[in-house]
Amino acid sequence: MSDEREPRRREADDVEPLAEAPSKEVREAQEERLRATWKTPEGWRYWSAVNNSEVGLWYTSLCLIFLFFGGVLALVMRIQLAQPGSDFVTADQFDQLFTMHGSVMMFLFAVPVFEAFSIMVLPEMLGARDLPFPRLSAFGFWCFAIGGVFFCGSIFFDMGPRGGWFMYPPLTTDYLGGYGPDIWLLGLSFIEVASIAAAVELLVGILKTRPPGMRINLIPLYAWYILVVAVMILFAFPPLIAGDVLLEMERLLDWPFFDPARGGDPLLWQHLFWIFGHPEVYIVFLPSVALVAIMVPTFAKTPMVGYSWVVLAALGTGFLSFGLWVHHMFTTGLPGISLGIFSAASESIAVPTGVQIFCFIATLMVGKKAELRVPLLFVLGGFSTFVIGGLTGVMVALVPFDMQAHDTYFVVGHLHSVLIGGTIFPIVGAVYYFFPLVGGKQLSEKLGRLAFWLMFIGFNITFVPMHLTGLLGMPRRVFTYPEELGLGTLNLVSTVGSFVLASGFLVFAIDVLRRKKNQPYSERNPWGAGTIEWSAPMPDEAWGIRSIPEIDSRYPLWDQPNFVRDIDEGRFYLPDAEEELRETLVTSPIDAKPVQCLRVAGPTFKTHLAALGVGGVFIFTTFHWYWPALASGVFGLVMILNWLWTGTAPIPEKKEKHVGLGLTLPLYVSGPGAVGWWAMMITMLADLVAFMALVFGYFFYWTANDTWPPTDAEDLGLLWPLGGLGLGLLAWTATAMARRFNRADRPGLFYPALALGALAALASGVVLLWAPWRVGMDPTRHAYPAMVWLLLIWCAIHLAVGVIMQGYCFARRAAKRMDAEHDADIVNVTLYWHFVALTLLVTVAAVAGFPKVS
Amino acid sequence: MSPVSQGAPPETPRDPASTAETEESLWWLASAPLAWVLHLLATYLTAANYCAKAAEDASLTGVRLAIAGYTAVALLALVLLARRGWRRHRAGESLGPHDFDTRADRHRFLGFTLFLLSGAAILGVAFAALPAVFMETCR
Repeated sequence: MSDEREPRRREADDVEPLAEAPSKEVREAQEERLRATWKTPEGWRYWSAVNNSEVGLWYTSLCLIFLFFGGVLALVMRIQLAQPGSDFVTADQFDQLFTMHGSVMMFLFAVPVFEAFSIMVLPEMLGARDLPFPRLSAFGFWCFAIGGVFFCGSIFFDMGPRGGWFMYPPLTTDYLGGYGPDIWLLGLSFIEVASIAAAVELLVGILKTRPPGMRINLIPLYAWYILVVAVMILFAFPPLIAGDVLLEMERLLDWPFFDPARGGDPLLWQHLFWIFGHPEVYIVFLPSVALVAIMVPTFAKTPMVGYSWVVLAALGTGFLSFGLWVHHMFTTGLPGISLGIFSAASESIAVPTGVQIFCFIATLMVGKKAELRVPLLFVLGGFSTFVIGGLTGVMVALVPFDMQAHDTYFVVGHLHSVLIGGTIFPIVGAVYYFFPLVGGKQLSEKLGRLAFWLMFIGFNITFVPMHLTGLLGMPRRVFTYPEELGLGTLNLVSTVGSFVLASGFLVFAIDVLRRKKNQPYSERNPWGAGTIEWSAPMPDEAWGIRSIPEIDSRYPLWDQPNFVRDIDEGRFYLPDAEEELRETLVTSPIDAKPVQCLRVAGPTFKTHLAALGVGGVFIFTTFHWYWPALASGVFGLVMILNWLWTGTAPIPEKKEKHVGLGLTLPLYVSGPGAVGWWAMMITMLADLVAFMALVFGYFFYWTANDTWPPTDAEDLGLLWPLGGLGLGLLAWTATAMARRFNRADRPGLFYPALALGALAALASGVVLLWAPWRVGMDPTRHAYPAMVWLLLIWCAIHLAVGVIMQGYCFARRAAKRMDAEHDADIVNVTLYWHFVALTLLVTVAAVAGFPKVS
Repeated sequence: MSPVSQGAPPETPRDPASTAETEESLWWLASAPLAWVLHLLATYLTAANYCAKAAEDASLTGVRLAIAGYTAVALLALVLLARRGWRRHRAGESLGPHDFDTRADRHRFLGFTLFLLSGAAILGVAFAALPAVFMETCR
């Protein structure tokens, strides 16, 4: 480590911890206050907790439960396929099984588990007391729980979706009746909202709540990966949500977005789905690599070799993964050059993916001889499996080979090698690694080894034969096959293997759930790691970290002398909670300079009620119960407003606070320094991406149709769309002016400006919708009027939300919860309005301008 | 705090002005991927749009010339970005893994990462341009 190279350097003005620890009495009093402040609620109120350690634990546990549920579905399928001509389940049930299996594993396990896990451990890794928006995490979790249970429950009522996890129209629009596809579309859209909420939380957490001194070149590799993945979610999920909207509109209202007879195109769904779906693979994979990146240096007892190269791999894989989506569409009859472009792009991603694997191997080689403990076993097993899956991935990225292997068991074998090897093995390894941080107890080394070998051997017996079954001609998603194909033996081997694999998971579950009452607590930092989360005592306290450290190294536990002692004795920042309010530090994004002492929210049930209300909208709509859906939506909105009103940006009792080590920080910040501003910015970026996906659809139809707009389409004219745009821009300007008047403390101008803004916004929405209404555009007649209507409705909804926000700011100032100095509300609302103005401009340019020039 | 740090004097980078946090931006890291994505979209949309409207065996000459143009522009931009990153990486004296708690090392780290990212983007651009070298028609 550091003794082999030049001495570590720091800036001359770098902060030292207190030279002398506070006296024992002072420390005990501090600890008492911290303990009281961060106390986890008891009894039934336990479920009102919002702290990252509780929410993260529930979230992770629920994801693992869904993993087991998805696994059981897979076992049922394997029993059915064990021999030719079996009738263990019907074709219809089998369709539900594979659709549910894929969807559950992807949407209810793979994506949320990384968010769940990060909510739990990221603050510990960053030496923060909590993430900046604990209630947002809790809201996301409860949305996820409601949506997940709703979605999984459908199969027990024989109502499960049957269209496969990618729900291609026209199968899902014309041939599947019932509620299945609606449950998929609405249930999963709801969960996607929760995923985006978590991504916002993690992104702001990494950029703004790092410990002082943790510069961008010192952050844990795990945080780099999560940063990349959170950004990917913001760009990948919105196109899927946009696609969901289109598909659901076609199912519910017969708007023909995917009906070629009426100007639609089913390929648009494939584009939108895979613009999400391919990055999704990496959204699932990169967090597991992140886990590997944090475990490998610990076992090698040396810093990661090629930190910058690993960062490159994370960023490079992240962006290149957005250029591959068409490789899922090689057999749809696209022109050769399109296939070539995406085939080449698919090959290129192997480079950054390989770089990180080489860095990990190099680290294990240069380090002290690594002890083969259970987590490392899973990491190595994951490597080998993933590399095989990666190589078959390079094979299917080649168009001629893909034309043969497409939709066969070869692809099933490939994708499970990548996902189980690349994702699940590292996750199980990480559960073994991080388990002591949860309850202070270790999992069993013996059971862990047994679980590993069962899983590893079972995995290979199951999935290696599938490559052959596929090459011999067995298609995916068939509920049975004739004996003459001669695939019975290979399938039987796979089925046997799947039960060996499942028994490995069973051993793992037993190890996690077995009573550990008589087992002693683990020693502190049992693996000898170098990253901050292992400074935690065993068992851990609810306060997260005793005092927030000043960081000088990537591995502070290895490099900073007396680091753990200084944290424990409160020699760093925020060693106390004088006001008994939950506090953490906000720092700047690059050099992690402290900028604010942030007060975070405590336990509440408001988030649960908000999640229930929002969930009701999706669930009732599935069954076409529109009035209950509306009522539920109103209830959800009221609960969200209530939560915001009482819980966000309260005016503190004093301006500043001394946080220790001679540092005094403001308690209230607005604008780009504030976490709320970042959250609004990031959320609206995601919103903008969804909107751009719709606009992409508009222009996609232009390429797909001979004439777009169609020759017989009604003309909106320019007057009304431009009038609506003008009113919308007036609303935007008025809001921006209101922000200025508020800051200048001129209520006489502030209130009228805001009222004018709200009126103009309402008028703008009405005028924009009047434009197509006036000329009698019928959205069910053709994809063109449907698209025009949809874009204008999108604008109108955004305007309506904008009006609610304006009203909120109006009331905040009137209730003295906002003033000239404490103006975060109006600043964030103005930021929202910038995005609305952009949305309006693009929409009007498309629906009114484009027909004039095309 | 730590005895290990006492041996080394505080660093004086060659260009102290450029190392203030306000002079840095994480957006630079997004610049190389942005160049790549613009190139990919331009390449793909030009080809797909042309072939969607043209006959199946229509000649791709115009599209190939356009792709050559996009590629030249993208590669030029990426080489300039790589150069910028490399210069930052070499600023001052230390060439280590850039893991010191100093403004200078943070500056060098961001530079080196930009350099590597530009490299990855150059690779991506070259790969996406390759089909245009070989394909002659829309088939």
